Amino acid sequence: MRARVFVTLKPSVFDPQGKTIADALHSLGYGGVEDVRQGKYFELDLATSEAAQARAMASEVADKLLANPVIESYRIEVD
Amino acid sequence: MTFGIVVFPGSNCDHDAYHAAKHVLGQDAEFIWHKDEDLKGADVLILPGGFSYGDYLRTGAIARFSPIMHAVRAFAGRGGPVLGICNGFQILLEAGLIPGAMLRNRSVKFQCEHVHVRVEQLDTPFTAACRSGQVLRLPIAHGEGNYFAPPDVIARLEANRQIVFRYTNAEGQVTDEANPNGSAAAIAGLCNEARNVVGLMPHPERACESALGSADGLRVFESAVESIKSGALVARA
Repeated sequence: MRARVFVTLKPSVFDPQGKTIADALHSLGYGGVEDVRQGKYFELDLATSEAAQARAMASEVADKLLANPVIESYRIEVD
Repeated sequence: MTFGIVVFPGSNCDHDAYHAAKHVLGQDAEFIWHKDEDLKGADVLILPGGFSYGDYLRTGAIARFSPIMHAVRAFAGRGGPVLGICNGFQILLEAGLIPGAMLRNRSVKFQCEHVHVRVEQLDTPFTAACRSGQVLRLPIAHGEGNYFAPPDVIARLEANRQIVFRYTNAEGQVTDEANPNGSAAAIAGLCNEARNVVGLMPHPERACESALGSADGLRVFESAVESIKSGALVARA
């Protein structure tokens, strides 16, 4: 199975990189882009064919390493 | 007494810390490879600056799983003095030995300059030889030094007097211009609740001789020596 893990900064955390990208887009004329939040995306190839097991494994590694719970949260998709 | 300097793949201030301890202060110093499990009888541990594991994923995120970190955690748990400098501070944060996390600098630039920090607390093994409110001139060199913790955690750090160093101007005043990275509450350095584990973003080990532009960092190392010699700290590796 493949799990996709999307790690993003919590809404309360300022994102200097996202702000810089938003400013760049504004200077390119994309005034309709109101805000940008930058995150991280991981694809995990997992040695299981069970979705529940894949999700549990992805969740465990996200908790342990991929995300820092002080500043980040994550979302998992499995297929 | 012996300074133990932990070397991770990508550490690059390990020799600076060794030089400060061994040649400037005249103490014993040992390098401790991150795959080792023995602290070589160190009285004080230093997690030096650098880019452990290339800082991939997040600064310090992978280094905190190095084998030596079991021994570092146990040493800290016994009350042993541990100093994390720059990347070493980031490793302490990722390891949960000090609360909070680092974000990218608000300038989104790697900040490499001399700054001023005010010593806020004297009852730690790395500030005991400082004067209250003393302003130290120290270099910084980091891209992710923008300290973050939720407001309730900041309030607890203030109440517990865990904020050890704050960015200030040369006169010791906290101003927005004097904050080089956007850190919450102008935090440049913190200690744990037990006060034996200290982390800071500036580099005292690069400011131990006047030829380097400042010798103010020496106070941090002298504090460790005085704390050990006075018997205030007795934990040994």
